[in-house]
This record gives sequence, structure tokens and C-alpha cells, in this order.
Amino acid sequence: MTSAPTKPAAMPAQARRPSPPKRRRKSNRAHMLAVWVFLVPAAVLALYFKFIPMLEGIRLSLFKVQPFLGDVFVGLDNYASVLTDARFMDALGHTVILGLTQTVGALVVGFVLALLLEGQAKSLWFLRTAIFLPVVTALAVVGEIWRILYFPTADGPLNTILSWVGLGPLQFLNGTDTALGSIAVVGIWNGAPYNMVIILAGLAGIDRALYESAGVDGATVWQRLRYITLPALRPAIVIVLTLAAIRSLRSFTEVYVLTGGGPAGSTEVWMTRMYSLGFQRNDIGVASAAAVLLLVVTLLLTVGTQLLARRKAER
Amino acid sequence: MSTTTTRTPARTKRPSSSSRFDSALGWSPGFSVNMLLRIVLCILVFCIFALPFAAIISGAFDRNSSPTEITLLPKAFTLANFEAASQQGLWSYLLNSLVIAGGGLLLQMTVSVFAAYSLSRKKFRGQAFILLLVLLTMMLPEEIIGIPLSLVLGDLPLLGVSLRGTVLAVILPVGIWGFSIFIMSEFMKEIPAEIEEAARLDGVGEFRMLFAIILPLCKPALGVIGIFGFMMVWDQYLLPLIAANDPSDYTLTVALSVLRNDTTVGPGVLLAGAVMAMIPSLLVYLFLQRSMIRGITAGATKG
Repeated sequence: MTSAPTKPAAMPAQARRPSPPKRRRKSNRAHMLAVWVFLVPAAVLALYFKFIPMLEGIRLSLFKVQPFLGDVFVGLDNYASVLTDARFMDALGHTVILGLTQTVGALVVGFVLALLLEGQAKSLWFLRTAIFLPVVTALAVVGEIWRILYFPTADGPLNTILSWVGLGPLQFLNGTDTALGSIAVVGIWNGAPYNMVIILAGLAGIDRALYESAGVDGATVWQRLRYITLPALRPAIVIVLTLAAIRSLRSFTEVYVLTGGGPAGSTEVWMTRMYSLGFQRNDIGVASAAAVLLLVVTLLLTVGTQLLARRKAER
Repeated sequence: MSTTTTRTPARTKRPSSSSRFDSALGWSPGFSVNMLLRIVLCILVFCIFALPFAAIISGAFDRNSSPTEITLLPKAFTLANFEAASQQGLWSYLLNSLVIAGGGLLLQMTVSVFAAYSLSRKKFRGQAFILLLVLLTMMLPEEIIGIPLSLVLGDLPLLGVSLRGTVLAVILPVGIWGFSIFIMSEFMKEIPAEIEEAARLDGVGEFRMLFAIILPLCKPALGVIGIFGFMMVWDQYLLPLIAANDPSDYTLTVALSVLRNDTTVGPGVLLAGAVMAMIPSLLVYLFLQRSMIRGITAGATKG
């Protein structure tokens, strides 16, 4: 598409057209050499730090791993212990709840932010820059910030604000009922500005003439949102949703930093359970089986999304 | 045809930039109740998303900062927290972080540019398969392969070298990232073939082709993979954790949890550490903001 306007400028090259095929055959070996030389760094790194670990993980998932006694092949036993382990099933439930609330919450808040901050004024640009800060900050730092905001005594920062409106004091991360919700709020705070940027880009692409003619027809703001804005944003929203859902399956850092899975396992997610099994209890076989299961689910979801997106694009 | 399509948006844009059809909610431009509502909402949103940062920075510079007393400006300004932080070795953690971020980013960008050049400017058998593998690396983040990765880092297959405890244990794994390869090759694909053909007739070799012809045309994409790569490396948590031999190998972000659990240091020191961990990413963001927005929107529209 972009090459179309430059075509006329490249006219002289066309006069020499007959030569390239011959040259190409002659330099075929050089061509292939260049192809692979440029691919080697990526291939070596991917092999060592992605594919060997992946294969090793699949292998370990079939063994009872014992550091000094030698590994014993146990077939699918590790998978059976993951799937029958009550704590893993609890963790699965928490992962799904956390993923859903974070994904949907971040999308809704991001949408509201985008609607509020749409426009070309300098002040709006400044606001958007400021609001984007949570996305840029490392998750571990975000976790520390919120641990302080969530300080569970009555004079903690958020509890102070809650007391202004007559609520309160909440235990936040320390309460078994509130901990998972508190983590979800951090995820929404962290993810919403990112979605805002995507939705703002979608909003900018909507033809203003549609709004104008809707205005002439006497449509309310709500109708305008319902019948013009939302349909136009649908492709972006679908992709944002699925990517966030896939990513939330392996959310680890925020949970680990905020609660470490506690209190009383109320925020244990798949990843933290796997981590504590593998690194703290040294049950590497079972932990690897859990990792492989997660990988399979992620792969299926990703391939499914890609197929959906491709079919959408063809239509 | 192209002239008409470019002219129409320009014509409709000018009057609409000050009309109520400018935004989806139809914010009215003049002063009104509507405008007042918008200002109030904006202030609220600003408080929720940006003020925590002000509180953290203020707490880091406050002599008697505590989690129960958050202020937007330090009551008793002091640098003591940062001095205490340096006694806790925070500068060396920061140095670890900076070495890893610099080295990892440089490696990642080089690897991505090379791979993207091969994948976008060349045609060869097995290309689709290689692309599939690149996609697969995106689905194998450190979290999922963490356990076997830690074993590999302790004893590299075939080489028999242990990377654990060295910065290379973090730098090498972050060197491969499918996302930046994809962004880069999408961008390189847009460069017209005629430019390359002309250079080839002048006898330009592969490396000069990449560095003198293709890469200068990819500056915006370099910005995009630069900022996203930096954020990816700076955000690493599990990898520095499993790559470390002992806490002195930690990066600054991981070291924050050590500070938090150390009862001898006050919250002010933890906040000082948080501020130190925030500043590099803030600077990168402010300098490369435009690239960041471009990268996000490209990622969203391309999937």
C-alpha cells in the first residue's frame, strides 16, 4: 500500500528488470547464508532459554524428581496429583475469578476513562500522560505502593478516605474475604490506562459525520454510544479482552508481592501455588505438570483467538 | 483518488474540533454545567491514578514517614531515607538493575532487528515455521517455564556453565522476545522493495544494507521496541529471583521485598527504594511517550 506512491520514483529500476532473476540464482547461496546468519542469535537464545526449558519441563512433569536419588518415571501421576489437589483447584478458582474481575474491570474503567479524556486540549493530553503512570511502573513497585495504601489500621490511607464516607475500616489484604478483591482493584488500576489508550485510538477513528447526523436525528448521548461508538470499538475490545484473559492466567508478580497467596490461601492462584511447590517444597515433578497444563490452556486460548481474529479479518 | 480521501477528513476536522460532535460523549466546548462535571470527574480520576505517586515520593523525602500518615508534600524534608537506603545496599541493587536493563535491552533490540530483517526482507523455505516458533516464544514467558529455566540457568546444556548469580542469567533470557521481533518485522515489511533493489545494484552488502539503509528508516519502530523492551526487562520479577544465588544479586524491584520484610528499616527507606525503582521507567516513558502510544495502538489493531 505504501509502496504505491513511490513506484514512479523507482522507474529507472524497471529498465534493468531483466537482470535480477539471473543474479538471484547466482547469489542464492549468499542469500541463504544471510538469512540464517541474521537468525542465529535469536535461534540460539530461543533454544536455550525457551525451548530447552519447555521440553525439560514436559520431561520433568513425567518424573518423580529426587535430587540425589535419581528421577523415577511415574507417567501421568503428577498430572493426576495436580488435578486432584484441593489447593490447586482452589487456586484455579481464584485465578479465574481474579482474571475475570481484572479483565472486565480494567476494560470498563478504561472505556470510561477514554470517554472522559477524549479530545485534543493540552490539559487532556497532560491528564492522559499522568494517568498512564501506573502502566509504566514496574509491577513490584505498584505492589509496594498499594501495600502502603491498603494499610489495614483505621488510620491507613485508604481507610481514612473510607471513613470520610462512613465506611469502614477494612482489612484489605489481611482479610480472607477482602484480599482477592483488593488484588483485583490493583490489577484494574494498573490495566485500565492501557486499555484507555487502545480505546482512545478506536474513538479517534470514528467518523465524526456519524455523530453529526445522529445529532440531527435527535439521538441522545446514550443512543449515540449504543449505536455508533460501541459497534465501532468492538474489534479492539474483543482483542483487548482475550489478550488480557490469557495474560491473567499467569498473573504472578502482583499476587506474590501483595499477599504471597495468603491470608490462609485465600489469594492463592495457579502460579503462586506452582511456585511454592516447585521452589519451596522442591516438588519439581508436580509443579512441572501444573506448568504444562497452564501452557496447554494458554496455547489453546491463543490459537483460538488467532483463528477468530483471522476469520474476522477475512470477513 | 488519494487526494480526495485525504482532503475530506481535514475538511470535517476543522469545524468539529470545537463542536459537540468532537467526542463520543459530546462534551460541550463552552463553559456550562457539563464542563463543570467534566472538570470534577477529571480531578477525581487524576487523584485516583496519579496522586499515589505523589504520596510515595513525598513519603520518601519525609523524616517521619509512616503508612498511617500519607501527605502530598513532605512535612519534614530530609534525605535521610536515601542515606539509610544506601546503607542497605540499594545503590548496588540499582546498579544491578541498570546493568541488566541496559545489557538486556541492547541484546534484545539487536537480536530482534537481526531476526526481523531476515524474516521480513528475505524469502526462504521454512519461513512460516520460523514465524510460528517466534510466536511460540511469546507464549513461553518466564512464569510458565520458570522451574526448568532455573535448572537450565544453573547448568547450561552442552556448555556445562552455570549462569546463576551473574547478570547474564537475566540478560540472556530477556534477549529473546517475540513481541519486538514482530513489531520490528511488521515495520520493515512496509519499506518499499525498490529502495533495497537500488542499493543492491550499487553493491551494498547485507550488513550495510541493514545498518545504513533499512535501520535508519525504522527509527520509529526502534523507539517502540526500545520502550516496550525496557518495560519488559524492568518489570521482570521471577527471573531475577530464580537467577540469583543470594540476595546481593537481586535487582532493585526484587530487593524491595527484602526491605519490606526487614523490620529494622522504616517505611521511609522502602519508599525511597520504590522511588529509585520508579525513576528510570518514568524517564524512559517521558522521552519515548509517542512511541509507546504508537506501539499500543499497533498491537491492538494488528492483534
